[in-house]
Amino acid sequence: MRTRQFLKPRTVGRDVDQLVDALPKHNIGSQGYDPWGLNPDTAKITFTAVRWLYQNYFRVQAQGLEHIPGQGRLLIVGNHSGQLPLDGVMVSFAVANKSENARLPRSMIERWFPSVPFLGNWMNSVGGVIGDPKNCGKMLERDEAIVVFPEGIRGSGKPYRLRYQLQRFGHGFMHLAMEHNTPIVPVGVVGCEETMPSLVNIKPLARMLGMPYFPFAPLVPLPARVFLNFGKPMHFANDARNERDVEWRVEEVKDAIRDLIDTGIAQRKSIF
Amino acid sequence: MSQSNESDNEDSSAQKAQDKKSTPRRKTPARRQSEPATPKTKQSAAGIGSNARGKVLVTGAAGALAQHVIALLKENYDVVGVEFRGLQADYPDTVDYVVDFNQWPFEDVFREHGFMGIIHLGRIRFTQSTRNRRYSANVVGTARLLRLALKYGVEKVVALSTFHVYGADARNPSLIDEEYPMRAANLMPEVVDAVELENLFNIHLYKNPELNITILRPCNIAGPGINNEISRMLAQPVAPCLLGFSPLMQFLHVEDMAEAVMRSFERNHPGVYNVAPDDYVAYQDALQLAGCRRLFLPSIPPALARRSVRALGRYAPPDYLIDFFKYAVIIDGGLFARTFDFTPQHSLANLLGHYRAQK
Repeated sequence: MRTRQFLKPRTVGRDVDQLVDALPKHNIGSQGYDPWGLNPDTAKITFTAVRWLYQNYFRVQAQGLEHIPGQGRLLIVGNHSGQLPLDGVMVSFAVANKSENARLPRSMIERWFPSVPFLGNWMNSVGGVIGDPKNCGKMLERDEAIVVFPEGIRGSGKPYRLRYQLQRFGHGFMHLAMEHNTPIVPVGVVGCEETMPSLVNIKPLARMLGMPYFPFAPLVPLPARVFLNFGKPMHFANDARNERDVEWRVEEVKDAIRDLIDTGIAQRKSIF
Repeated sequence: MSQSNESDNEDSSAQKAQDKKSTPRRKTPARRQSEPATPKTKQSAAGIGSNARGKVLVTGAAGALAQHVIALLKENYDVVGVEFRGLQADYPDTVDYVVDFNQWPFEDVFREHGFMGIIHLGRIRFTQSTRNRRYSANVVGTARLLRLALKYGVEKVVALSTFHVYGADARNPSLIDEEYPMRAANLMPEVVDAVELENLFNIHLYKNPELNITILRPCNIAGPGINNEISRMLAQPVAPCLLGFSPLMQFLHVEDMAEAVMRSFERNHPGVYNVAPDDYVAYQDALQLAGCRRLFLPSIPPALARRSVRALGRYAPPDYLIDFFKYAVIIDGGLFARTFDFTPQHSLANLLGHYRAQK
């Protein structure tokens, strides 16, 4: 609390202050927290840094943001890459920073993050929530927008040679979308693969540190240009007869994301 | 507490007060001349509520929560307070009997009073005794309490559990509802008695529906008189916290909890309910709002964290509860709020301000 009180007046500009204040925030309690740990003051401090990264370091170009409605439950589903969850941060900031109907989406994070000192609390306080179906279901009931990467660590931890190749998608997001009557907006992320290219996963070190993977990669993210392409909302009725039906629907979403990735790669003139 | 038999008059109350001063401090089941209550064979058709004034047994009667509950109960019921948590120098007036639930004399309390309801608040907390003693008192003792409740035709039982039964884990979702597994048995075997206690009530909830059992799983209870682990931390001038961890927490004022117990007793909706406000604060923020200085302890590796917590002794929570000070365990009190039309009256600022004012 004292750290926030110290940092906020020294770092947060009026524009970021107004940006976060204008975002609809559900369920914030008297002490500035919602049930998942979101804290608007911490979000403001973080957004100040993220905005610089978004505009000046990664020079993000986002298209199709008009497909994100200003209210109502929503799943934003994308491809995961880049060892660190920078793609989630960029997608969330793009949606929060758009000129009309801006909102603060919540990002599903890996289950091991809360066990990392400082990182877990910080991710919660800027909108990260562990990727648990119960969490997701409760948030959709409260009409939140959620960023999901169904590849999980299979996507973020993959080596550079597998870049832009979608890994296996979990089916959980599709079950949630069907059960909670939630539209899915696919998003193709291009550029994050190049921010932290990993040559290999050092598994013994990962095991020793209790991490899902330990990449042999640059220590700092590289300043690759990032392209975000949001697709049209996809609706799925809750009438799947078996898991095979669900799998087909997941494949539909993967196909949409593949097309959006191809669009982003075509837009890119240079990696850096 | 002076037993409020209807035949009592002011003189007898004064006499009892005089007796209290002269008699030994330990209270044991009285052998009074009144007619023992015969076991009921049929449930009363009058139902439960303020119109059916009857006798209520409150366990853990020396506790701060029980004292609030008893004060509210006395408006409509005759109350008998029982305490079993060890011997102490003196007991508050809310305690009528000091008796171990596992001892034979406990049944005399049931024989003597025809209880229509039981509010079971007495539970030996994690820090108060050894694991075996806790198990014996909390689980075996409660099993006997429930057998006697059945034998003597008790119509309503409210039991106090704890949110600790869900266990603290990095993978816990937020807004845990009542259907979530009680993972504490797996995550922290030291608190297995709390889980077993709940299992016991759950068995009776479905096996003996005539007992109308309501189980309450409250979040952290705090406020004047409360002496649980989190309250001790808030009351200290310097409180430990793990470096890099400030889990989100929920707090319920003891008066609000007493009101929740009363509502669940008077409105008959048997079942299991979380009791928690829709308001949250991070642990380190709570410490600062309560006027505590933070003592940062190493959080990794976990063995070092446990060792440093143990080194602080009673100035820190027990090491097996350390994960509750590391990971958020946020429960969804929505079902209770809707069913019993319950809204806490005390704000977080008010509650934490109480501790700040003490410093």
